Amino acid sequence: MAVAEVLNRSISQTLSTNGSAPRFEMNGKKATRFGFGEGLVVLGEKYDNVVVLGGDITGSVMTSYFKDKFPERFFSMGITEATATLVASGLALSGMIPFFATYGAFASCRNTDMIRISLAYNDANVKIGGGHAGISVGEDGATHQALEEMAIIRVMPNMTLVVPCDFLEAKKATIAIGEHYGPCYIRFGRSDVPSFTREDTPFEIGKAQTFKDGNDVAIIACGPMVWEALVAAYELEAEGVSARVINMATIKPIDRLAIVRAAGECKAIVTAEEHQVTAGLGGAVSEVLAQELPTPIEFVGVKDTFGGSGKPDELMKYFGLTSADIKSAVQKVLKRKQ
Amino acid sequence: MARLTHTIYPLATGFHGPIRPEPNKELVSKYGYEHFTAYKNSPDNSDETLHEIAQEIRRDIIRALVEAKSGHSGGPLGSADIFATLYFGGVMRYDAKNPWSPDRDRFVLSAGHMCPVLYATLANAGFFPKAELLTLRKFNSRLQGHPGRDMGLPGIESSTGSLGQGLGIAVGMALSDKRVDKNDRRVYALTGDGEISEGEIWEAALIAAHWDLDNLTVIVDRNNCQIDGRTEDVMKLNPVGDKFRAFNFHVIECNGNNISELRAAFKEAQSIKGRPTCIVAETFMGHGVSFMEDDYRWHGKPPTSEQAEQALSELVG
Ligand SMILES: Cc1ncc(C[n+]2csc(CCOP(=O)(O)OP(=O)(O)O)c2C)c(N)n1
Ligand SMILES: [Mg+2]
Repeated sequence: MAVAEVLNRSISQTLSTNGSAPRFEMNGKKATRFGFGEGLVVLGEKYDNVVVLGGDITGSVMTSYFKDKFPERFFSMGITEATATLVASGLALSGMIPFFATYGAFASCRNTDMIRISLAYNDANVKIGGGHAGISVGEDGATHQALEEMAIIRVMPNMTLVVPCDFLEAKKATIAIGEHYGPCYIRFGRSDVPSFTREDTPFEIGKAQTFKDGNDVAIIACGPMVWEALVAAYELEAEGVSARVINMATIKPIDRLAIVRAAGECKAIVTAEEHQVTAGLGGAVSEVLAQELPTPIEFVGVKDTFGGSGKPDELMKYFGLTSADIKSAVQKVLKRKQ
Repeated sequence: MARLTHTIYPLATGFHGPIRPEPNKELVSKYGYEHFTAYKNSPDNSDETLHEIAQEIRRDIIRALVEAKSGHSGGPLGSADIFATLYFGGVMRYDAKNPWSPDRDRFVLSAGHMCPVLYATLANAGFFPKAELLTLRKFNSRLQGHPGRDMGLPGIESSTGSLGQGLGIAVGMALSDKRVDKNDRRVYALTGDGEISEGEIWEAALIAAHWDLDNLTVIVDRNNCQIDGRTEDVMKLNPVGDKFRAFNFHVIECNGNNISELRAAFKEAQSIKGRPTCIVAETFMGHGVSFMEDDYRWHGKPPTSEQAEQALSELVG
């Protein structure tokens, strides 16, 4: 896709109308895992071939809602993440729409070979829920803080990967992947995070949403870092910097158009994710920019290190995943801007 | 409540486009492949008929492998009797002309490297022209080195090749049939014996027994051979049957190179209620070809042209 062609498209064609929507306000806090759980129930009510596999942590990844409502379509797999993924593949090849959810650390890392062959290469209509994403898991520490899923899933052909930013978007995204054919992975978190999207905020697989307009710098974020990006952008505005905030809720397939457009119009990019920057969102955005429109870019995310125990807030601060960190990344990238 | 349905089979996103390799025409006529009519699948087929079909499957394996110049000889030859019984003894229900019919029984080749025997079996059953066997492992062939569902080859239910995965997939299929759709379809999965050192096999066994999947039959090709040597030297597996018994399977141990024993075993498996069955089929790697028989070095190589000539001359009747 030629850069000029992208830039010539009208805003209405490439950007959602959200850019000019009213400011997002925080409306309480709720973990994205609850959105996943509620989305599953909506799917279960709609379709009799949606089934759920349990991995002995149903109460943490909220598949318990589905289990209570549709016990005859809930199947306990014990603690067999890899094989549960294979069983899900067999169910999908039989016309079912199976969801299997467990901690993201295991859903991605332990299951990589299963996902590669039995889901992705098989193009099996399986939905993997990876909970407890990122260091905001808190006290459980590094073993349970998944920071690699985006890198692992993104590299697999046929996979779709969504990372919702709040409770409501998690619910919409869960329903969307259930109704979308193909192997999908949804990443969600354990701890409460700000709720701010509205019923009418669009969610579409493969489409980035501009949550705030701006043209000095574009902050491309996913997951709970979208709220941090908004906070940073509102503060920056008061300081005279016009920052665009893009919610990159689908990591694969990534919305190349939104990235190139943001780079063309803002000429400086910051990415923000609760994940390893390497091969994560930062990596994905860089790949697009390197090819389409090289642009100064700064990364907010975990930088090649493991997490650790602590309170979520304290960890987010330590690992540099707050709105303040996004603001400093913006200052840094603005200095590099031509 | 509605069902959200998608077309699942065939998947034909296939590799590098629609142009398939041409089979060698001379060989096609030499082997009489263009005049071949598929064998029937019937419980009325005699043991002798099934033996003849098994020998034909073996010949086809040799012909495909020597043309491919790479691939696995030993396991496929050794398990040909299992395949002949399953597909032509009236054990599995399928319609080769309507390969994705929703009431078919399903077969998953967990030991993906053994695909030459599955391809030869499917061709003999009429799922696709026999000539296509001569495209095994060639660029853009539907007969991939390990089964790829993306090629849309009729009869290939799942991609396999990473050992230990196919059984879990078969368990998912059986779970779907027994616990969600509540139909009477049956699912068969074949694993190598070396393959069962993979942990996922035992996780799948736990799950199959937990959910009482009596519509699932697992066949372990117990040939005592794997790549590095005899299985008991590489990793002790004995007693295989008792391991599955301890996992609450109904276990049948039989001579896997004997058609009538295999027939009886499959029949028994179909009659078992409340738990899955494991057939430990004692076979010889390379069975039917004297210089390959019971020799693990034939796990993963094809015969040379001279060896193929000799093998074909031994594989009569
Ligand atoms: C996960 C995985 N590890 C290793 C291999 C390589 N491999 C292919 S076949 C094989 C030996 C399998 O032995 P067995 O199941 O007894 O088959 P046989 O040699 O009898 O055909 C190995 C190690 C593989 N395909 N998948
Ligand atoms: Mg073996």
